[in-house]
Amino acid sequence: MSDGWPLWEVFVRPRRGLSHSHVGSLHAPDAQMALRNARDLYTRRQEGVSIWVVPAAEVVASSPDEKDTFFDPAADKVYRHPTFYEVPEGAAHL
Amino acid sequence: MYGNDFNVPDDAGESGSVSGGSGPAGGGPSRGPSHLLDEVAAAERALREAGAASVAGQDAGPGAEADEDELRRYFDAVIDADQKIEPRDWMPTGYRQSLIRQIAQHAHSEIIGMQPEGNWISRAPSLQRKAILLAKVQDEAGHGLYLYAAAETLGVSRDTLVELLLAGRQKYSSIFNYPTLTWADVGAIGWLVDGAAIVNQVPLCRCSYGPYARAMIRICKEESFHQRQGYEILHTLAHGTPEQKVMAQDAVDRWWYPSLAMFGPPDADSTHSQQSMTWRIKRFSNDELRQRFVDMCVQQASVLGLDLPDPDLRWNEQRQAYDYTQPDYDELMRVIKGDGPCNRQRAAHRRAAHAEGAWVREAAQAYAEKQAARMREVAA
Repeated sequence: MSDGWPLWEVFVRPRRGLSHSHVGSLHAPDAQMALRNARDLYTRRQEGVSIWVVPAAEVVASSPDEKDTFFDPAADKVYRHPTFYEVPEGAAHL
Repeated sequence: MYGNDFNVPDDAGESGSVSGGSGPAGGGPSRGPSHLLDEVAAAERALREAGAASVAGQDAGPGAEADEDELRRYFDAVIDADQKIEPRDWMPTGYRQSLIRQIAQHAHSEIIGMQPEGNWISRAPSLQRKAILLAKVQDEAGHGLYLYAAAETLGVSRDTLVELLLAGRQKYSSIFNYPTLTWADVGAIGWLVDGAAIVNQVPLCRCSYGPYARAMIRICKEESFHQRQGYEILHTLAHGTPEQKVMAQDAVDRWWYPSLAMFGPPDADSTHSQQSMTWRIKRFSNDELRQRFVDMCVQQASVLGLDLPDPDLRWNEQRQAYDYTQPDYDELMRVIKGDGPCNRQRAAHRRAAHAEGAWVREAAQAYAEKQAARMREVAA
């Protein structure tokens, strides 16, 4: 079996100018095999020009349970958005 | 490829009846494959936009110390808002178990589904047909892997699921227990079996579980090539020599009813359905999807110049749909329970392929270890 083969998260850059996006995951014994498998699995129709593979165990994620407190500090800072400000009449290029 | 039928007999206690009333959610049924592709694209757009919509009155979500009632209310609110549930969200055990079973069986169907067509790779009538069939079978393997990956986000390992398949403890779509006797069967599988699969799968692109919905969008886009290549094979045969046309008709005759059976038992006998509808895993009933498939096929068959083997197939002006003969559901039950033409052969072949591939997995593992050891030496 492939017991113990780590899980890899796969990210593909669809075209130049776009960032890599997560497309799925796969199992492979090492990074090189993960990269080759990712090519065969996720880019059979030229869906990408570049692939990243990242060991899933290395991904550090925020917990959905802490969603509230974790993202709270941003909730009351409406002044970070340009729409918060009133632009005086006549002021151009603002 | 995929069917609904494996949801039939297992553990379910009684049949939860789902007749009528289930209004088409997320876009009504459409008639043709191009419309189906439009629906996939619409589902993908909806998936992107869904995140912007807010969950009624509960934008913030439950806090870390929320009790189960609170978590369940938030889960229900997310589903009601047509938002997606993501892997680390709280979800009811039943939802998780239902999804694991459905996604795993769907994945198994893709893997077993390589066999009937694989049977013809070495005998395809031209190099181009062979290359196409190879690409199609490779896609089925890919679909299986997307789905195993989606199932793994629910906390089950792929190895466990593979073992359940090899041990015969999880099902796959019954359609793959029928043999492919002639080259025309490859055409019939593409047109009818993949066609039925697409009708089944397009609504799954809007499934409430994010990873499953995303995998289905990918799969549906690829699946439409499968259906067209099958249709083209049949069209070529149906417009070839008289013998070729007979072969094409024979394949359609044999695959028609098993394809109708792929949608599972009639709504009155369908288990799991009601709950799956409430959870928005499933959006249309078996009979609604079967009807939609029949209505699409009639016109397509006339373009092929082939007959669908149903003397009672006729347009019903009142219903604005075709009346048709139901497939033999007793036969479906027998095939699901292991007594189809090829059940044992399919299982034996999969077990042999897995066992005979062990050396490849071992070699890859050994190579990875050697490389890692070398890296350590260099570093030391």
